[in-house]
Amino acid sequence: MSRVFIALQDNENSRFIVEAISEDNPNAEVKHSPAMIRIEADDRLTIYRETVEEKLGRDWDTQELQIDMISIGGNVDEDDDSFTLYWNS
Amino acid sequence: MNAKTSKRLNMKDRYRIMTRDLAWEPSYQRHEDIFPQEDFEGIKIVDWSQWEDPFRLTMDNYWKFQAEKERKLYAIFDAVSQNNGQMNVSDPRYLNAVKLFITAVTPLEYNAYKGYARVGRQFGGVGARIACQMQSIDELRHTQTQIHAMSHYNKYFGGMHDFPHMFDRVWYLSVPKSFFEDASTAGPFEFLTAISFSFEYVLTNLLFLPFMSGAAYNGDMNTVTFGFSAQSDEARHMTLGLEIIKFILEQHEDNVPIVQKWLDKWLWRGYRLLSIVGMMMDYMLPNKVMSWAEAWEMYYEEAGGALFKELERYGIRPPKFAEQTVIGKNHVSHQTWFVFYQYGHATAFNTWIPTAKEMDWLSEKYPDTFDRLYRPRFELLAEKAAKGERFYNNTLPQLCQICQIPLAITEPDDDTMISHRDTVHEGERYHFCSDGCRDIFHNEPEKYVQAWLPVHQILQGNCGGADMEKVIGDYYRIEMGEDNLEFEGSPEQRRWKQWKQAV
Repeated sequence: MSRVFIALQDNENSRFIVEAISEDNPNAEVKHSPAMIRIEADDRLTIYRETVEEKLGRDWDTQELQIDMISIGGNVDEDDDSFTLYWNS
Repeated sequence: MNAKTSKRLNMKDRYRIMTRDLAWEPSYQRHEDIFPQEDFEGIKIVDWSQWEDPFRLTMDNYWKFQAEKERKLYAIFDAVSQNNGQMNVSDPRYLNAVKLFITAVTPLEYNAYKGYARVGRQFGGVGARIACQMQSIDELRHTQTQIHAMSHYNKYFGGMHDFPHMFDRVWYLSVPKSFFEDASTAGPFEFLTAISFSFEYVLTNLLFLPFMSGAAYNGDMNTVTFGFSAQSDEARHMTLGLEIIKFILEQHEDNVPIVQKWLDKWLWRGYRLLSIVGMMMDYMLPNKVMSWAEAWEMYYEEAGGALFKELERYGIRPPKFAEQTVIGKNHVSHQTWFVFYQYGHATAFNTWIPTAKEMDWLSEKYPDTFDRLYRPRFELLAEKAAKGERFYNNTLPQLCQICQIPLAITEPDDDTMISHRDTVHEGERYHFCSDGCRDIFHNEPEKYVQAWLPVHQILQGNCGGADMEKVIGDYYRIEMGEDNLEFEGSPEQRRWKQWKQAV
């Protein structure tokens, strides 16, 4: 088992993205530091476009994540509907 | 929802059409003539089409997202300068970390821009070329935004006025400079292993996350904003770094030992380079977010551990000497600050003894080392300073031939003994700070005998003259008594008090 993580800027967009992540990944652990939010999970973490759109109340492109994301740990798998971080080991 | 997205190409098709389909097979020139640097390092690429960018970013979206990032960033810069943002920092000592950043890190961004522009040209695969092109433009953006961010502080504080000149000459800046030039003078695959993987994937988190969070905590809105804006590009670079390593390892089993050697080298070099960041976090941020040791545990031991576990399947083991970094994390920041303190006359920033409260924080964060080894040293220096005998070291230190850091770091198994290694190559003796650095020399002595070592150059008379004032003032362009020396009683401290009283 390894931890994957994503770090986001602490801003208005991220607040809703974090809500979406927590809803879709019940095991995700959210850690706040000055100006940034770090979310960790065992082995795998997925962000679903549909949940983020529901939280934001607007259309959201998974690639928009790039504006608020400041770091990640794990392999990335991204398509139009979701963004996943995972380790194989 | 699905009806909406199906109106346009999906991400995978868009990536295919706007990257791979832009390339063509050459018909009247040979592949090896077009990409002459692809082979000489011994890396074997069988099929470039296996290269994947997991973000599937195409140039059109690249410009769209980058423009959005810049709009957000420059709105903050405007707000900071229009509202006297420099007055909101926690403590004027904090600005010294910013001075170190612009002189040591920003020029690395510029070197990265040049490096990716160069190596991008050398790869036969179009996916790799486009990824390098984007990263090259990103790095130029980082250089520019950092200069813009700091230009506001440059109006009020010293030490930032001549950063590109200083980068090329000042003794401690030869540490980052020689690190990056080592990568830039390597072949294209080693460059990617050094910068995309070892530096971006494994080590930049340590610079950009805890340190930038620290900038936020110290009221420096410009730095945290450019830092996180740059890091939003880094997240993409990191992913590429990991993909690059997996791609090279999957292409041919002969690549594995070559990559392993590069990982051993570049993680050690990166670890040494980051001593400076450790010092910035533990000593130069008046409001602390986390200690260097904690950051090392979170980002190297934990995140890096997961990574090397993942790479095990390819026959890659954790980097050589990693166990020494686990010991060193409790020492390097203190030892590095002590070096800068004693050579504080030759720095483009002020140095100081930590306050009593700061020393208590250090004791708490470093229970096994600080009170035993470093507190007594700083208390003695404070006592001397109080008597008007602020300590400056007027001798020149022995530098490591590889990392160029003064020999001031202790043995992994004896923290009261300076670590010193040497070797004789073609009749000349060379000195090193560690087994890690000596190993790197042994693998490529003909490269490292050419190192431009600041102390040797001063002694050979190549740095402006025979006395310290000429070297520091004329050659480095550090303004004596203005940019350097002790913080207590400095012009910077005096001005800050005047400004605060005027408010």
